[in-house]
Amino acid sequence: MTPLSQLLPGQYGKLSSLNPERSVDQRLMALGLLPGMVLKLVRKAPLGDPLAIEFAGQVVSLRLTEAQNILIDVAADCPIQRPRPQA
Amino acid sequence: MSAAEPGLTVALVGNPNTGKSTLFNALTGLRQRVGNYPGVTVARKSGQCDCGDGTKVELVDLPGLYSLSASSPDEQVVIDALSGHLADDRRPDAVVVVIDATNLLRNLFLASQLSELGLPVVLVLNQADVAAEQGVKINADLLSRRLGGVPVVLTSAWKGEGIAAVRRAIGEALRSRVRMPAVEWPALVEEALADVAAGVAADIGRAPGRADVERLLFDSTTSVGQRLGWEAPRREAVIRAARDKVRRAGYNPLAAEPLIHYERLRKLLEGVVQGGGNRTGGSAAVDQVLLHRVFGPIVFAGIMLGMFAAVFWLAKFPMQWISGGVDWLKAVVAPTLDGLPMLQSLVTDGMVGGVGAFLAFLPQILILFLFVSILEDSGYMARAAFIMDRLFSWCGLNGKSFVPMLSGFACAIPGLLSTRTIEDPKARLATAFAVPFMSCSARFPIYALMCAAFIGPVYGPGWESVVMVGMHCVGLLFAVPTAFVLTRFVLKVKPQPFVLELPRYQMPKPRDVLWRMWQNAAEFISKAGTVIFAITIIVWALSYFPRDPAVEQRIRATSVGVAPAAVDAQVQSAYVEQSWMGRFGKSVQPIFDPCGFDWKITVGVLASFPAREVIVSTLGVTYSVGEGAEADSQHLQQVMRAAKWTEGPRIGTPIFSLAAVLALMVFFALCSQCGPTVATLAQETGGWKWAAISFFYMTTLAWLMAVAVYQVVSRLT
Repeated sequence: MTPLSQLLPGQYGKLSSLNPERSVDQRLMALGLLPGMVLKLVRKAPLGDPLAIEFAGQVVSLRLTEAQNILIDVAADCPIQRPRPQA
Repeated sequence: MSAAEPGLTVALVGNPNTGKSTLFNALTGLRQRVGNYPGVTVARKSGQCDCGDGTKVELVDLPGLYSLSASSPDEQVVIDALSGHLADDRRPDAVVVVIDATNLLRNLFLASQLSELGLPVVLVLNQADVAAEQGVKINADLLSRRLGGVPVVLTSAWKGEGIAAVRRAIGEALRSRVRMPAVEWPALVEEALADVAAGVAADIGRAPGRADVERLLFDSTTSVGQRLGWEAPRREAVIRAARDKVRRAGYNPLAAEPLIHYERLRKLLEGVVQGGGNRTGGSAAVDQVLLHRVFGPIVFAGIMLGMFAAVFWLAKFPMQWISGGVDWLKAVVAPTLDGLPMLQSLVTDGMVGGVGAFLAFLPQILILFLFVSILEDSGYMARAAFIMDRLFSWCGLNGKSFVPMLSGFACAIPGLLSTRTIEDPKARLATAFAVPFMSCSARFPIYALMCAAFIGPVYGPGWESVVMVGMHCVGLLFAVPTAFVLTRFVLKVKPQPFVLELPRYQMPKPRDVLWRMWQNAAEFISKAGTVIFAITIIVWALSYFPRDPAVEQRIRATSVGVAPAAVDAQVQSAYVEQSWMGRFGKSVQPIFDPCGFDWKITVGVLASFPAREVIVSTLGVTYSVGEGAEADSQHLQQVMRAAKWTEGPRIGTPIFSLAAVLALMVFFALCSQCGPTVATLAQETGGWKWAAISFFYMTTLAWLMAVAVYQVVSRLT
């Protein structure tokens, strides 16, 4: 399992856990993001934060700190991308 | 308000970005009233809607929201309005739920929650044309049948298609009063809800509504308990026990609601929706460019530069027409009151000037909202916030703070009005607090005068530009830490997560854009405009009275052989000196003495509180150059350069030393010298509290920094 914040752009996977105590996760659940659903990290903002994720036919932005505790089972058939060297 | 009117009320609700406002404009035909919900800065829009058979209903456009779990004031208003708990509003007789046909599942979540209210419902599946283009087929009849016969209408509000069907459906819903079937909760959850309802009834003596009970059980942050007057210790015990029951049903109590609703909706939509594979395709391609790591910021900078140039520069032309019109009106009115100098001055300087004072803001407001409306309606505003968020998030603001703050460099008023685009109330207030610090165009004249008179001639044009640029940064330098402290330590509101939908790109509809520009301008005139007018009259009176004719006679008698214009200037100066404003300025000069200001500057500073740009013409009057002095007036610059202290410890030295000049500019950079800004801040923060705090904070800070600059620089030079 990988925190959503560590996914690379283009990678996707199944949402394995959310924490309903957190207000971010409550928001995402209201938008239809429920455990087991496939979500994809579409891109990062030009400054590296926030992230744009896609699920259930919509694109939603959330901050890196808010994505740290959202765990993803990254799909095996994900496009393999080498991580860009961190500046 | 509406409570006094007979007739029916229908509420319009829906997710953001569903075209709800476009539908509202189409249904009401712009016969709208805009107000505010009491106590909160949430706009209340309502209008008359014809149900197609001559029946008229009042349609209320409620703020867009994704879920009934309230966390922002906007969302709380929706819940309170729908359950009939707003002081001035009746409970609506029916609800029209606007649904994005391209994303039925998510949009129906809100509708499913609303089914618990027990109100007649109309479902409008808007943007049906876009859904069809995406290959999505929707069986509206099947959906209607599965929802117990609730009217389901396919529309395209943008194209004006299906509007008549919505009107008929509203009429039908009001007649048949068909409700959407409520959710079938698992038995243990149902029991938990009953327990909470019983607990409320036992403690406050009346049975609560079903929707309220659900908020109490499922939301960790709901304010429904306080509204019902249900005391905390008892409430917490009952809710804890009920949530344990939900847990025994196999659900996390805070996740149960979306899980159960979405499960229900998935079954409901089986066979209703067909097709539609790539729903984000078109916008994703555009985002490849607009959110690209290199091109994204370039396009963003270009759009923002264009917006700023329009507000800063383009607005100058209509502003000149307005001020020309005001001058013309003064010239026309003045001769008719020639025998009555007091009335003449009241009408021309006070009343006509007062109207002109707030009309002058209209071009900037209209132009900024032209851009803001287009950016929002097209879907780019969310992308702009996405690009900029990182630069703002660390100090408690968010990406949406950028447009208001940028606009503040032209004028704070439109900037403050545009803070409404920020959903998070904490970031909205902090942004509103920061905007008046931005160096607006009204600060330019004093910088220009000081630089042209004192910096350029002595230190050369290079330093003149350095000081100019520096002054434009001073405000920003203080605004950012202010926002940081405010959001971190002062505002006790829970921070909102920055979860922002990046909606599908859409072509803005000209009618919606124009209508929004007009609504913002109209609200500014009716609210802030009256305050600005009153302030102008008060300041006029303070600098006009008392007016002893002996003052004028004495000067005219002693100045024989002097040019008439110079005598007039001296008379004016003498009048101002002995007016209430002048006397007050002299008596408070000791407060400004540590900043190096003499009484003439002090009067100028005081007279500038309603509008800072008058400092130049006030200095023109107090330094006996005459009215209407401009920043590039050579005469005024010469007189100021020659001015020396005539008393006190600094006697014989120039008043406008480098230290005093810098202190004066820093003071103007930071001080809250703008009546319209304070009035607009009050309008946008829902009361005078934050406006007063901002005023005293900025003014105190300005004084402190002016003292610091004067004391340090005067010791170094």
